[in-house]
Amino acid sequence: MKLRWFKVVVFPACLVPLGYLGWKAYSGNLGANPIEAITHSTGDWTLVFLLATLAITPLRKLTGQHWLIRFRRMLGLFAFFYGLLHFLTYIWLDKFFDLHEMLADVAKRRFITAGLTGFVLLIPLAITSTSGWIRRLGGRRWNLLHRLIYFSAMAGVIHYLWLVKADLRKPLEYAFVLALLLGYRLVVWLAPKVGRSVSIPSGRVEVSEG
Amino acid sequence: MLIKKAADILSSEITPKSLYMNRRAFLAGTAIAGAAAVAGVGVREVASPSEVVQANAKIDGIKKSSFSTTEKITPYKDVTSYNNYYEFSTDKEGPAELAKDFKTRPWTVTIDGLVKKKQVLDVDAILKMAAPEERIYRHRCVEGWSIVVPWVGFSLSELIKRAEPLPKAKFVEFTTLNDPKQMPGLRVPVLEWPYVEGLRMDEAMHPLALLCFGMYGEVLPNQDGAPLRIVLPWKYGFKSAKAIVRIRFTEDQPINTWNKAAPSEYGFYSNVNPNVDHPRWSQAKERRLGEFLKRPTLMFNGYDQVASLYSGMDLKKYF
Ligand code: HEM
Repeated sequence: MKLRWFKVVVFPACLVPLGYLGWKAYSGNLGANPIEAITHSTGDWTLVFLLATLAITPLRKLTGQHWLIRFRRMLGLFAFFYGLLHFLTYIWLDKFFDLHEMLADVAKRRFITAGLTGFVLLIPLAITSTSGWIRRLGGRRWNLLHRLIYFSAMAGVIHYLWLVKADLRKPLEYAFVLALLLGYRLVVWLAPKVGRSVSIPSGRVEVSEG
Repeated sequence: MLIKKAADILSSEITPKSLYMNRRAFLAGTAIAGAAAVAGVGVREVASPSEVVQANAKIDGIKKSSFSTTEKITPYKDVTSYNNYYEFSTDKEGPAELAKDFKTRPWTVTIDGLVKKKQVLDVDAILKMAAPEERIYRHRCVEGWSIVVPWVGFSLSELIKRAEPLPKAKFVEFTTLNDPKQMPGLRVPVLEWPYVEGLRMDEAMHPLALLCFGMYGEVLPNQDGAPLRIVLPWKYGFKSAKAIVRIRFTEDQPINTWNKAAPSEYGFYSNVNPNVDHPRWSQAKERRLGEFLKRPTLMFNGYDQVASLYSGMDLKKYF
């Protein structure tokens, strides 16, 4: 019951960045280069939502707050949503549907190649995010497929690292958080093999790993 | 030349209203996925408070220049709120606020190296060397955006002539102030400080090369490089060094800061060239701030009169 109310709050909260961007556009406060401002904002939020999605499992395991899992799909879909806006900004506002130029970009600009990789990897995850698809694929295969988010987030961080001119501080902050989140999984994965820990739940049967 | 305080001149008066309106129209035409209103009705002029209270010193006796373009001038607000000035911040919105209390007086410029008249000049003495001219130049950033700015200054050659370089001097090197107390960006080693730029002597002597201390008829705002900068309209923006404290004449080619940071991406010459891409992005087009569609970038940013400086050079190699 309570959780339902919480969801009612979290969902609009996830739309706040978009609302803020829209408000700034409406009031003419996007600065001197509005298209760049939109590209950067949507890119930042894609990455934030990706990392938030990846933070659910560690948080849940470390705190024992298992209800957190109920928000993972929503956060993941918001990552896809902001990624889509980011991609559309590029196609529409930045390149103005110039296919030739976009193809040249994808082939020649490694930061675009990395970004596109990150986004394309999210598409099957968004499609198979429904309960129907989880059933159809089976928990195990679904879990395996959804590990693609690791690579999407990595591609997103690499995309950011490759696009900045000199100041690597912000992309490195994201890289650090991602390293923690993926490092946690590596430890969990390796621990039983080392034969030490028995306390780490394997969680194979539920659709909750990742 | 006289610089008088004119508290009654507001920057908003300098910039024609119609220019502001253009950008609004563009914004209104840009629908942002699902977000608030698209229709341009009821969009108000939002002036930041600092812009309103800022009373800039007007520069008197400015002459017009035949080098000026007749293209639409970029709004003052954009040129003073969107600045690549890493000594203050790597965010473009940062310098406007962070440079507010920057001290531009007293200010001296050291002239040294291979010159007859090595000296330390007061900036106000430099400003009196020649009559101020308004030069409305296109300004193209290496990142792919451009602006049109009515700079105020005079040809850099005026200063160089007076310094009397020795025949051995082949290059001029410009150094920006390195004061981490005033410039917070200098506390972060994103580039090797101080910022250094350089020109070949014939480039520096070209009449288009501007020694600049004002814009929009007023003294240069701090975030745009006060009190003294150079403006080289046929080169990418980063060549136009700001807040200059030293001008040195050398026999060897200076190593400019961006070239040192990424030699494969930023060359010594860095002439605007649509045919030579930055390794990570195309330079064929640019977005003029305030316009929606990109426009083609012109060779030497449209300043063909500099082409002879580079005749016989492979500009793909000397990018
Ligand atoms: C998982 C997918 C992606 C993520 C996480 C992502 C993230 C980001 C981030 C964080 C930024 C920098 C924002 C800033 O500077 O504040 C950015 C910029 C950018 N992204 Fe993406 N991005 C993704 C996919 C894409 C795709 C598919 C494209 C286009 C094909 C793209 C094109 C761009 C462009 C053009 C910029 C601006 C570059 C510049 O300012 O020089 N991105 N992105």
